[in-house]
Amino acid sequence: MSIFVDENTKVVIQGLSPTSQGCYHGLRNRAYGTQVVAGTNPRRGGEVIEGIPVYSTVAEAVAETGANASFITVPPAGAPAAILEAAEAGIPFVVCITEFIPAHDEARVFAALRRNFPRTRLLGPNCPGIISPGKANIGITAGEIALAGGPVGLVSRSGTVFYQALYELTQKGIGQTTGVGIGGDPVPGTGFVDCLAAFQADPETKAVIMIGEIGGTEEERAARFIAEQMDKPVVTYIAGVTAPPGRKMGHAGAIVSGTSGTAAAKMAALAEAGALVAQNPTEAGELMADVVAGL
Amino acid sequence: MDLLEYQGKQYFARYGVPVSDGEAADDVETAVAAAERIGYPVVVKAQVRVGGRGKAGGVRLANTTEEARAAAEAILGLDIKGHVVRRVWVEHATDIAKEYYASFTLDRTAKSHLCMLSARGGVDIEQVADESPEAIARLEVDPLDGIDADAARRLAQQAGIDAEAIDGVASVLVSLYRCYEEGDADLVEINPLVLTTDGRVHALDAKVTLDDSAAFRHPDWDVWRDLDALEPRERLAREKGLQYVGLDGTVGIIANGAGLAMSTCDVVKQVGGEPANFLDIGGGANAEVMASALEVITTDEKVRAIFVNVFGGITRGEEVAKGIVQALERVHIDAPIVVRLDGTNAEQGRAILAEYGSQQLVSSPTMLDAARRASELAAQRA
Repeated sequence: MSIFVDENTKVVIQGLSPTSQGCYHGLRNRAYGTQVVAGTNPRRGGEVIEGIPVYSTVAEAVAETGANASFITVPPAGAPAAILEAAEAGIPFVVCITEFIPAHDEARVFAALRRNFPRTRLLGPNCPGIISPGKANIGITAGEIALAGGPVGLVSRSGTVFYQALYELTQKGIGQTTGVGIGGDPVPGTGFVDCLAAFQADPETKAVIMIGEIGGTEEERAARFIAEQMDKPVVTYIAGVTAPPGRKMGHAGAIVSGTSGTAAAKMAALAEAGALVAQNPTEAGELMADVVAGL
Repeated sequence: MDLLEYQGKQYFARYGVPVSDGEAADDVETAVAAAERIGYPVVVKAQVRVGGRGKAGGVRLANTTEEARAAAEAILGLDIKGHVVRRVWVEHATDIAKEYYASFTLDRTAKSHLCMLSARGGVDIEQVADESPEAIARLEVDPLDGIDADAARRLAQQAGIDAEAIDGVASVLVSLYRCYEEGDADLVEINPLVLTTDGRVHALDAKVTLDDSAAFRHPDWDVWRDLDALEPRERLAREKGLQYVGLDGTVGIIANGAGLAMSTCDVVKQVGGEPANFLDIGGGANAEVMASALEVITTDEKVRAIFVNVFGGITRGEEVAKGIVQALERVHIDAPIVVRLDGTNAEQGRAILAEYGSQQLVSSPTMLDAARRASELAAQRA
């Protein structure tokens, strides 16, 4: 099995035009084997682009094709509305890779999903997407760096370290159930804990790699979840071990988080929770190889 | 973008948060003239993006022309924690009865806004949070609802704000939230928020961090963008749209994505090298961006070897390779460049580099191996 997306996932690309990022990556996703069933574009309803039927709205696309996931690459000014349009159309899983959406827009969108569309899960924004190897790939991950068959689930805040970690596993012949890039924005729709819980519940996932980075407190929350609710082994790496401390104005942020958000603090919390802590992505792959060998 | 205190106050004023009138000055004569216009007593305050100005001698009271001159002379040019003061803010002195603390910021865990209010302002608020967390009243503010006067008043009561200041503080909170939300700030903080001896509630300081992602709908922010405050290389990088942070080592680092850039620094350090910088070319970088990145790194004389670490996703390998070739043809680069390329179109990229065939280019199959090569080359050329 896999989490969030699989061979039954049918993707609608929002904001589809022949020259859009959504088209470029959507076609790559389709070439990977993902069911890309529709596109939307208010000015191109009725067109067919690269064999993909285009509808004016997500609601129409859902009605006509049964799409149950959406892929959003539209620019920051339009992305919040696109996310809400997908939610209103009943899409249960929305992937938004758009970078540089204002934090207040993200906060409003997340609050609206939480209040009005609790059945829609947003992945991102500013994330690489999700891949369930051999089944579906939504986003910008190069499909060939992943390996189907499990048993490892992977979740990462950073996009490129996500690729690196997938690749480390694949080169060692270790397959993945699903890899999720949650993105590093202030208000991610899906967090570490959501993914850890889904991996814990997925019978085919036997172990998990979690890639965090400095800043915020999500890794510390994940550590609590690992300690209290997971019995599957977890290998972690926190990017930014050697980063110099950042200069921060104001104190409200530090008071809210209660920690400095350093890699050291996060690594200590994760080790305390029983996770294996690697110093770099390569070592994370090696530690996971040992874990998998012992399963 | 972090605003200076006086810029923060100007931003506050737009949204109706009460602040003192004042003037900014970059030299002693302008500061004295401002003090004369404003009327004594005045406070002369260093404008730097760092806390602890008062303790460092960056805030002085002046009752006369002579004192104003002495204050401006002492503060302009002062080094406060590595920040040299080039501008002061002169404002009329306020008679303070009580000092409070107020802020809005995002609580990432709750995914809501958080208002914090305390009757114990004017001191290190992080220390207050440590020693007596109950002294800080907190209110979660749903982004869809905002904060209204009633909720603000209840919070003020809960925080133990003096009775005569409750309405004033509540009104400031409502205005401050508008500044935070409509103004696209990541943080608005007032410490101290004061009750004056004549009963007004008033922001005596301002810390505002604006969300750079929202700059597209705030063209007025441009006047505050202070590229002069950056060191020349950081400034060049910023102008080219690159995220650059200078470090002390000899291995120049270019990566795509902040996480991989940090991770690259980690690995270089772990194999015995020292990163000269952190440089993120961002997602979807094209050849031009890659070439600019190499140009920026090349201006750093400490750099003995360059490590380009790209794992393509939205960034395409062939663009990265074209950028490296462009840079080599456009600018003189002494240092060897170790390239590790994987992910989207990596093979095309590697083919372009192989075809270019420069001795200076070293291709490396893995991140760890590339880090070792770059660190060794840097050590050899030290």
